[in-house]
Amino acid sequence: MLGNFDWKVVTDNIPFLWQGMQITLLLTVIAILGGIFLGTLLALSRLSGFKPLSFVAGTYVNFFRSMPLILVIFWFYFLVPLLLGRPVGGFYSVLIAFVLFEAAYYCEIIRAGIQSVREGQVHSGQALGFTYAQNMRYIVLPQAFRNMIPILLTQAIILFQDTSLVYVVGVKDFLVSADLIANRENRVLEMFTIAAAVYFVLCLSGSLFIKRLQRNYVQ
Amino acid sequence: MIELRNVSKWFGDFQVLNDCSTKVAKGEVVVVCGPSGSGKSTLIKCVNGLEPFQKGSIEVDGTSVGAKDTNLPELRSHIGMVFQNFELFPHIKVIGNITLAQLKVLQRDEKQAGEKAHALLERVGLLDQADKYPAQLSGGQQQRVAIARALAMDPIAMLFDEPTSALDPEMINEVLDVMVELANDGMTMMVVTHEMGFARKVADRVIFMDEGRIEEDCTKDDFFGTPRGARAQVFLSKILQH
Ligand SMILES: Nc1ncnc2c1ncn2[C@@H]1O[C@H](COP(=O)(O)OP(=O)(O)OP(=O)(O)O)[C@@H](O)[C@H]1O
Ligand SMILES: [Mg+2]
Repeated sequence: MLGNFDWKVVTDNIPFLWQGMQITLLLTVIAILGGIFLGTLLALSRLSGFKPLSFVAGTYVNFFRSMPLILVIFWFYFLVPLLLGRPVGGFYSVLIAFVLFEAAYYCEIIRAGIQSVREGQVHSGQALGFTYAQNMRYIVLPQAFRNMIPILLTQAIILFQDTSLVYVVGVKDFLVSADLIANRENRVLEMFTIAAAVYFVLCLSGSLFIKRLQRNYVQ
Repeated sequence: MIELRNVSKWFGDFQVLNDCSTKVAKGEVVVVCGPSGSGKSTLIKCVNGLEPFQKGSIEVDGTSVGAKDTNLPELRSHIGMVFQNFELFPHIKVIGNITLAQLKVLQRDEKQAGEKAHALLERVGLLDQADKYPAQLSGGQQQRVAIARALAMDPIAMLFDEPTSALDPEMINEVLDVMVELANDGMTMMVVTHEMGFARKVADRVIFMDEGRIEEDCTKDDFFGTPRGARAQVFLSKILQH
């Protein structure tokens, strides 16, 4: 049956698919970086002894973790232009949605990472005269992130897959590009097979890489 | 130099420290001993404000540790502390462990900090280990680096919390030797330890703690000669057996 596949439709459209993949990758990378940055601030807020701050951060996290991602994407697609008073395009609205959404998940990962650093290390930094901020910056966070690398990468793979949800607002990522070609050329089977294969290969290599990293890490 | 007045501390309902008062004069070496759970670590951590306390007062070099307006990081930067589990920073090389706080807290420049670190590493006999990571060193070596790291801040006093009790027996002396040298150089030291050989050699006074109380606080000779409390006697006979 695969013999009837018209691979030419794939090879002909590689540049177009690559454009889509660039959007997917860009979205993934910015959502990871933005999510980790905002997630770190949220984690520090949640752990802070200042009750109002930890309450606000906690509410934020619980709110986003209770929302389906697809709803958040929709919501920001309509909300952001309203807030700014001008259209911003689908890409920027999903970018904001992903960063804000992912930050909630990264917050919890980072919070656990910070708590995984032994109290003795915190004391030892304090005893040298580091301020709270310096202790976080030089002693706690570097160790926390080192402990978190495998789980942060796993989250990145999930995020990479989740970016395909931008389909619902028509941002031309990899999957949407494949879909466009599929409909234009009437080659649905070929295009969705190749799309699945690409996601599978990338995510599987990512997972294997993490496994190896963890093995080396434990030794 | 260090003065504790009627310090009490609770963890929830549990009273860890009960009305503790003592003094450590400049240049004095005070050894703190007592059974496990008697509050030794807690007491020494109160001295540099790592643990808050609810009652009483502690003064270090004229600064009140418990006062709200005290700049604790600044105060701590003048008090060296050495921990039972070394607590070197595992993600930073030995040399970086010794320079980091000099650079970030004391604002020394790279050259000054590096020279200081090398001089101290030489003093503790580890100059050749500067570019290793802490995990590549033995326990005894790690603890000597930890001492060098604390000394790099030019502390006015040093606190030790069981610095040798996590070490294999054959490494204990290399750390004690450094501490003895430090004591002989006139450093003010408060040392939680069960190494009575160290106490006999350099201590001016010995404090014995039990159940959060300072039960004995006397000169070394009095302590080893005729301890007054029965508990201290039992404790001493136990640890002097080996
Ligand atoms: N964070 C804490 N919360 C509650 N209880 C604590 C805490 N830290 C210590 N304790 C309790 O306080 C008591 C004194 O502890 P501390 O560590 O000061 O004893 P120690 O004399 O140093 O004992 P060791 O010789 O085992 O180190 C112990 O009973 C301990 O269980
Ligand atoms: Mg202790």
